[in-house]
Order: sequence, then C-alpha cells, then structure tokens
Amino acid sequence: MSSPRQRNAQVPSASRRLRFLRRSGGADVLLIAVLGGALLASGCSRGASGGGLTVAGSTSIQPFADHWAEIYQKLHPDLVVNVQGGGSSAGIQAARSGAAQIGMSSRELKPDEKDLTAFVVARDGLAVIVHPANPLDDIGLDGVRAVFAGRIGSWDELGRGSGRITVVTREEGSGTRGAFQEMVMRKGRIAREAIVEDSNGTVRAIVAQDPHAIGYISLGLVDPTVKALALDGVDASDANILAGRYALVRPFLFVTSGTPRPDAQAFLDFILSDDGQELVESGGLLRAR
Amino acid sequence: MAGSPRRTQTIVKSALWTLTGATILVLVFIVVFILRRGLPEVSWGFLTRHPEAMGVAGGIFPTIVGTLALTLMAILIATPLGVGTAIYLTEYTWEGRLTRVIRFGAECLAGIPSILFGLFGFILFVTKLKLGWSILSGGLTLSFMILPTIIRTSEEAIRSVPAAYREVSASLGCTKWQAVTRVVLPSALPGITTGVILSVGRSIGETAAVIFTAGSALHLPTSVFSSSRTMAVHFYILAREGISMRMAYGTAAVLVVTILFINIVSYYLMHRFIRKYS
Amino acid sequence: MTRLERNDRIIRLALLLVAFSAVSILIVITAFIFSEGTPIMFRHGPGRFLLGLDWYPSEKLFGLLPMIVGSFSVTAGALLVGVPTSLACAVVLTQFASKRTARVLKPVIELLAGIPSVVYGFIGIVVIVPFIRDNLGGPGLSVLAAAIVLGIMILPTVISISVDAFQALPPSYREGSIALGATVWQTVRMVLLPAARSGIVAAVILGMGRAIGETMAVIMIAGNAAAVPTSPLAPVRTLTSNIALEMGYASGEHREALFATGVILFVIIMILNTLANRASARRKV
Repeated sequence: MSSPRQRNAQVPSASRRLRFLRRSGGADVLLIAVLGGALLASGCSRGASGGGLTVAGSTSIQPFADHWAEIYQKLHPDLVVNVQGGGSSAGIQAARSGAAQIGMSSRELKPDEKDLTAFVVARDGLAVIVHPANPLDDIGLDGVRAVFAGRIGSWDELGRGSGRITVVTREEGSGTRGAFQEMVMRKGRIAREAIVEDSNGTVRAIVAQDPHAIGYISLGLVDPTVKALALDGVDASDANILAGRYALVRPFLFVTSGTPRPDAQAFLDFILSDDGQELVESGGLLRAR
Repeated sequence: MAGSPRRTQTIVKSALWTLTGATILVLVFIVVFILRRGLPEVSWGFLTRHPEAMGVAGGIFPTIVGTLALTLMAILIATPLGVGTAIYLTEYTWEGRLTRVIRFGAECLAGIPSILFGLFGFILFVTKLKLGWSILSGGLTLSFMILPTIIRTSEEAIRSVPAAYREVSASLGCTKWQAVTRVVLPSALPGITTGVILSVGRSIGETAAVIFTAGSALHLPTSVFSSSRTMAVHFYILAREGISMRMAYGTAAVLVVTILFINIVSYYLMHRFIRKYS
Repeated sequence: MTRLERNDRIIRLALLLVAFSAVSILIVITAFIFSEGTPIMFRHGPGRFLLGLDWYPSEKLFGLLPMIVGSFSVTAGALLVGVPTSLACAVVLTQFASKRTARVLKPVIELLAGIPSVVYGFIGIVVIVPFIRDNLGGPGLSVLAAAIVLGIMILPTVISISVDAFQALPPSYREGSIALGATVWQTVRMVLLPAARSGIVAAVILGMGRAIGETMAVIMIAGNAAAVPTSPLAPVRTLTSNIALEMGYASGEHREALFATGVILFVIIMILNTLANRASARRKV
C-alpha cells in the first residue's frame, strides 16, 4: 500500500528523533565508559602496589579481626587489612593456598593440618544457650550430648520445663561446630533432625525466638536475648574459664603457611601486644595467655 | 451439578476474585510492612554514613557504593554482549538451527538458579583466576546472570522496529551495519534500555550469586579488586544474624523503594515503547 | 563499496562470536560444575550420593537423599499454594476483569516479581515462622513456611505466562462458546482451559524451576535440617540451601560434594527447562 513517497516522508521525522536518541544515548555510554575506566584504573594501580594483608576464615573470630584491623589501620594507614569470613576450614585452606596470608580458625588444627603454623590469639568459651523463659538453668555435659544426639527429645526428660526440644546446631565445616563436636559429642553424632544455621548470630536469633530451642554459640556473643546454661553446676563465666573450671573452652587461632610474612607478623605482634589483648577482653573473649 | 450455570458462575467468580484480591493484598502487605517499619530509620545520615560495630549503628553508605559498583560492572559487561547477540539474531541471520541453538542457550542460562552462578563464579573467578572476593568477580558473575534478560528484551525491541526503516536505509544505499547503527538501534533504544533497567533491578536484589563472589567485607570498596557487601547481602546478614532489626528494616526499605522505582520506570518505558510501534 | 562489504563481513563475524556468548557461558558453567562435582560421585558411587540418608561430610558421608526429597517437597508445597492462586488471577485478569482493571492489576502483580528474595525470606522469618510455631506447633522453620513463601514468590511467573497463554487463544473460541449460550465460567472450564493447557503447563514448569532454584529465602525459613521431613511442620534442607549453607566453609571432599549437589540441581533444572521448552513449542504449533 505505502508508496515510496509516503515511506520517504517518514524519514525526516524518524531520523530527527533517532538523532536525538542517539545523542542522549551517546552521552550515557560515554559517562559509563569514563566511570568504568576510572574504576578499572584505580583497581590496576592498587593491584600493582601489592594489595594488602588478607585475613580469612572463622566467622566467630571475624568480628574481632575486623576490630583489630580497624585499630591497626589507624596506626598504620599505609597497610590495608582485608578481613573475610568463610569459616575455619576455608580459612585454613586459604592460608595454605596463599589466598590469604593469615587463616583464622576457631577450632584446633586437625592432624592433616599440622603442617601449618598456628598462633593462639585468644580463647573463647562455648555457651550452651536456651530461651530466657526456659526454667532450666543447669545441665550436665552428658545431658547436652544426649539432647544434641537426639536421644532426649523433650524438656520433661531433663526434669525442667515441658514440650519437645528444638535443637539448633551449626553447619558442617564451622569451627564452632568442630569445637562442639570435639568437646561435647566426641565420637557421637549430632542428630540429622537438628536445625542447622550458618552463623553464631542466626543460632542466637532462633533460640531467642523459640521457647523450646537449645543451641550453642561463642560465649562472647551471649546477650540478654538468650540464657547461657551452667554446665554441671559451673556457670559460663570468664572467672570460671580463667580458673579452668568451665569445660567448653576453645582457642582462636591465626594460621600461616610457614613463617608469617613481615606484615602478617607485625599484625600478629599487635594482636598479641597488651593493646591488642585488651581489645580481646573488651569483646568478651579471654586473653591468649 | 446442582444449581444453574449462572449460579455456579457467580460463586466461582467471587472465589476467583477473592484469590486475586488476596494476591494483591499480599503484595501490598509486604511493601507496606517493610516501608512502615523501615522508612522511619532512613535519613540522610543513614544513607551517607559508614556502619558502626558490624552494622548495629551508623549508616549503609559502603553497601550503596558496593551495590552501584557491582551493578555497573555487570551492566557494562552484559549490555554489549546481549545487544550484539540480539542484533545478530534479528538482522544478520535467518531462523534456523543456529538461532535455535543460540536461543536455547539463552533460555537455559535464564533458568539456572542463582546459587549455581554463585558456585561457578566462586570456583572460576574467586579461586581459579585468583580475583578473590571482589567487585570484578561479582560483576562478571552477575553479568552472566542478566545476559539472557538483555538478549530477550533487546531482540524484542529490535524486532518491533518497523521493517520500513530498514528498507528505506537500504534504498538510500546504506550498508546493513549502517542501517543497524543509525536507524534500527536508535529506534530500539527505549526497548533495550527497558531490558537494561530490569537487569539493574535484578542485580540490586540478588544475594546468592553475589555473596560468594563479591564477599561481604563491610568497608568502602577502593577498586574493582575490593571485596564489597551489597545492600541485599547487608540486609540478609543483619536480618539473619539478628544484629539489628532497626537497621535491617531501614536497609530493606531502601532496597524495596529502589527496586520498585526501577521496575515502575522500566514498566512505563516499555509501555510507551510498545504503544509507539504497535 | 568493496571495502564496505568487507567491513560488513567482519562485523557479521564479530556479531556471530558475540551471539555465541550465552551458549559458551552455559557450556563453561556446565563444564565447571560437572568437572568439580562428578569425580567424587563416581569415587564413592552415585548410589551413595543419591540414596544416602546421612549428610556428615566430616565423616565422609555425603548422602543427598534428604536434600533431594527436601527440594521436591518444598516445591510441591509451593505449587499447591501458588498454582491455583495463579490460575485464578490469570482467569480473572483475562476473562472477568474489565480492561481497565486488568491494566492496573497486572503491573501490580508483576511488581511482586521484583521484590528481592531476601525480603520474602525476611517476611517469612518475622511473620510466617512465628505464626506457625505459635499456632500449629513445631519450630516454625519448616516445609510449610518455605512452601508458603515460595508459593507467593512463583505467583508472578506463573500468572504472567498463563495470562499470555489465555491471550494467545483466538477470540473466536470465547465468542463462539458465549454465542452458544455458555456462561463465562463454562467457557473457561470447557473451552479456554483445555485450549491453553500447554501454555499453562509451561507456566507451572517454569514456576517449579523458580521454586527449586530459590536459595536465600529458603535458607532463612526452612530450618535446614539434613533429614527427610516427616511432616509439613518439620524443618527441611533443599539442594540449594545445602550449597549456600556450607559453601564458604567447605574444603576438600566436602566442597566437591557441594558441587555434586550442584550437579544434581543442574540436571533437575535442565530437565525442567527442556520440558517447559517442549510445552511452549507445542503451543506455537
């Protein structure tokens, strides 16, 4: 139907509009290119200057490492300390592969990990926690083991409270779970039916909401939203840990492959210094020594 | 069947309307729930200050920067690839085995769950290529994820440009490429932009693919090699670990407002574009 | 002119290369996940992976059956919640609502799709999980909670594809049926639903893909117990959450086993994609 004349008649208006669109589009592209270029350039220049110190691993240690890094960078503005989570096993792996200069582990090294050098930077208690409204205050280590193994399924069997028990544990690979497994479960298994969450915070949040729940977290992270149980009559307190009475204590390790690099050593020295160890204490942990 | 067809119809109709109404209500509830609790937390300081004590106080500034950087990176990589693919499919070839393979590839890519993109990005970019948890790794991973959307919307946009435009430029002695760059692409630009904006929305809301590739470091990214925490990841961590509900609601509000805004803009653009050519 | 032609040929070649980007990315992703995930399956025997009930990576036990059952039970629940609702919306939008109302409602429903999955998960934590725990019992973190949230999350996908399926039908179907004296609902039930069946099937399959592939929302509300769920109120772990929960923390064989989880997920998704593709291809014929 349309004659060539009619078609040609479209062209001027169309091309005018197209030119406008092209112009604005061009500006956008230019802007994006410039921004992207700047981003890339800044990246390259930093990459060339040698990056910084990467510390990776246990999410239990991560908050403290963040804090150490923050203070340390104020003292040494030239060094960038990059703190990453990932979990103890990944941290150990990263230290071995060189992806991180320092790996953080919240459990002891396994036999096949002994080729690495480990430094105790702090110690931490493991608290068994329940909902604040739970009438139970004290539990035996055997009781904890039976609950987490699924052999005891209701609060009635523990003599206090009633109703089924919601067991909350950490995921496989977590240092906190590793430490709990080693110190509480030993050769036994945590029941398949247990709820699994991937951080101390999440375990705490769930126990804080569910009156039937029981879980375990780093003692330093216990807050009023949950209640830490006494173990065999011993309160989960710093004094009891220092006195060696509380059963569940684990080391926080910094792990390096061979001798630490000078900047890694300097960071370690800072953490083990009085200033660094004061930060450990103010964060609710115990000194390394 | 008891009752007249008319009565059945009345009953069914009200049941179906109830379900539809419930769907709308759920959406309104989610948005209102987040905004009513979240918006009071949002202030200029919230947007421009650094988080303090792992996000218990302070603002979310680094996560906004991280989100922008990551999204920008993903769009910069995916747009040329996606638009190029669309141009090839519409202008440079005819329907056949080749186009079917390309379309099937794009469709499959669109169906892959984001966690698998995260897994792939983690193993390839973060560990094998030693890019570490970084904006670069995250951006590359995200760009792969949004590529199918950009291909599909660009293809639709280019297809809807009237054939007459091409015929005219051909009759004026233009080469195909000239026709594509000077006539077809500019006319299809609003449609292509819609696809890009939709992808921006998807990138901003993504968590699973990002958390394993860009990491979750809570500092201001200084280069494409910095690890960075996006708003969505920050919200996930705040909410999940119960660090601070107030900050979580605030972050969620910013996230939801941003994404709703982006989707409304792209919806509006798309409809203006469709109306123009149909 | 010949120079221009040569340029055009170069451009064509370059575009062909670009056009293969999506396919090559797909191939690379597939290759990576399979090369990382399959060796361990064959080392331990695929049976122990697919049928094993115990997931204790520290003891070299990598049974994925609870996660496979978990993924399917959560997805089935999501379809139960999502599909009838979606079809109701699609029928209302295309048959009962006035054009004007449909024009307002459809974009509103499509906006549901834009809400990030972490926000859905969050709503699940603060609203649905406590409701289930207080009123129905159990820890609240459960198959049911995940099914409800995923059921809502797949609505936009299923609705918009079903609406397209209805709209693709020739108007004569509806007009003819109404002219014969049928009510709108009779028309929907006896004419339009059967005619749009393959499109609706495609919509459901794609919704299923979305539900199976969802990660963050599920991790937040499902409880992640690596056991076959015995009731809708029991916690459950899906294939996706298995990967996301333990990925950052895993090393060695544990990590390989997570890639094996990825392989299984990948195969399921590819089967669903192919089925959806078939269904929608049949629709076009």
